[in-house]
Amino acid sequence: MRCAGYIRKRLILMVFVLFGVTIVIFSMVRVLPGDPAFIILGERATEQKAADLREQLGLNRPLPEQYWLFVSGLVQGKMGTSLMFRQPVSELVLSRVPISIALAVYAMALAAVITLAFGLLAAANKGRWIDQLIRIIFLFVLTTPVFWFGILMILLFALGLKWFPVAGFGDTLPEHIWYLFLPALTLALQLSAILIRNLRGQIILIMRSDFVRTAQAKGLTERMVLLRHVLRNALLSTVTIFGLQFGFLMGGTLVIETVFAVPGMGQLLFTSITSRDYPVVQAITVVSAVLVIIVNLAVDLSYSFLDPRVTYE
Amino acid sequence: MSEKALNTRLLPEIQPMLRLSFSMRLQKIGLNPLLLTGLLLLALVVLAAIGAPLLTPYNPIEQSLNELFIPPLSPHHILGTDNFGRDVWSRIVYSTRLDLQIGLISVLFPFAFGSLMGIATGYLGGRLDTLFMRVVDVLMAFPFLILVVAIMSILGPGLTNLYIAVGIVGWIPYARIARGETLAKRHLEYVEAARTTGCSTARIMLRHILPNVIAPGLIYVFTGMVLAILTGATLSFLGLGAQPPTPEWGAMIADGREFLLIAWWITALPGLALLVVGVALSLIGDGLAERR
Repeated sequence: MRCAGYIRKRLILMVFVLFGVTIVIFSMVRVLPGDPAFIILGERATEQKAADLREQLGLNRPLPEQYWLFVSGLVQGKMGTSLMFRQPVSELVLSRVPISIALAVYAMALAAVITLAFGLLAAANKGRWIDQLIRIIFLFVLTTPVFWFGILMILLFALGLKWFPVAGFGDTLPEHIWYLFLPALTLALQLSAILIRNLRGQIILIMRSDFVRTAQAKGLTERMVLLRHVLRNALLSTVTIFGLQFGFLMGGTLVIETVFAVPGMGQLLFTSITSRDYPVVQAITVVSAVLVIIVNLAVDLSYSFLDPRVTYE
Repeated sequence: MSEKALNTRLLPEIQPMLRLSFSMRLQKIGLNPLLLTGLLLLALVVLAAIGAPLLTPYNPIEQSLNELFIPPLSPHHILGTDNFGRDVWSRIVYSTRLDLQIGLISVLFPFAFGSLMGIATGYLGGRLDTLFMRVVDVLMAFPFLILVVAIMSILGPGLTNLYIAVGIVGWIPYARIARGETLAKRHLEYVEAARTTGCSTARIMLRHILPNVIAPGLIYVFTGMVLAILTGATLSFLGLGAQPPTPEWGAMIADGREFLLIAWWITALPGLALLVVGVALSLIGDGLAERR
């Protein structure tokens, strides 16, 4: 089983990256200028109060000990206490994670539909006006700041046409789907802008291969050739880009949550920053990095489904 | 002798070849339609930034509390006024200076540092290269925006801290690009030749490799600027970047959000300005990439 070996190798690398991620987050408070005690208490705090807080947070212990406490806490799911909510950070963050993941997955599903539809349409009409139109529209979408795009969506579809709610999350599953549609669509359009470009290019490239000519020569319809023979090969590269863009999607998700008042990690992150709730910021950074690592692993493994020739080395 | 006179004296067969189409003329001087459109748009934006005082009738931060929420296309305020009675057009134009500055400063350090790192690790290889790739793996695991936000939560809000935060994270793509190019070129003849003639490693990297591997990174600078400007606007939107009353597009969009129902223009118009700059820089990047 070469595949099992590959998975093992990938997992070892993943553990290494996780280790690096904890080092980065751990050293961020300690290396960068700015005393966490004063960040939390505000600039006007007394030196005595700051010293007490440093003691409480364990910031005056030796660095290796601090790191050990930090990592063992992470493994046990203890990430300190939120300074604003007076609740364990893990509880606070973990209750928000599913909402952000749901929004990101929703956006990915919509992005898949949009990318396939417009990518195929553009490639099939290469060089014609419809191809140019798709190119221009998605160039605009790509350079539009996501938060502004979200606000425009609200202005048009929620305030103007009143098709969707302005903000919020809803209470039942159908309501969640309904409420999250606009934020998910905003993210999906931006993600598709990157993916369509890639898919169109790949399809055009693969249309020139020999096996496509063979498929055409044996009399298959253009549609069959495109969907059965070309698309599957073209998707391989698009899926890779998709994995690489997951971090971008994650950042966008957190920003768009603040625009649409979706009670996910993003909303928590930005209220935590304004209230200097450092432990929460740290925890969210860890969680989002872990999500990116998992998605990239999943993308790597999914190659074998798309292309059975891929043997993991 | 004029061009026309010259043409008529040439053989009739090659005459049609001299009548170049507009796009062919552009190609001749290395411009394609994408690049040209991008450069023209960017030139307009830069002119607006330089000539801001001439183009704007009002002070961008001057409040006028008896002129709140005037809609666009009114006689004295072409793009209307905001919730403090400030002229939206003046604020948008002045903000061009700040947003271009954010774009420029945020790519300078990442480009220089990243490219040098990439050339050094790519050329020297070995343990340094392995270590470098692992560092990149780790930093790539963080969503860019979230890492920048986390760093800024420690440094505190403000533009200088924004440059630092973007600088800490932003050098990675340049390093990867330069490393890839260097790996592809380090065994070429001219490098071997330099080595045989006894050039020092530093000289080979800076004088022989750098000029030959820098172009893709330079093209990426335009994408990097779009990313930096969008990041700056996003952070200002979230209250972490430019501080009020400084005119900045992201901050303006945030200011107008409360008044979306009664005054859409405060939010909608600054976004358009961001879009124009983003499209201009993207077109230049695409145009340059296509030229290669």
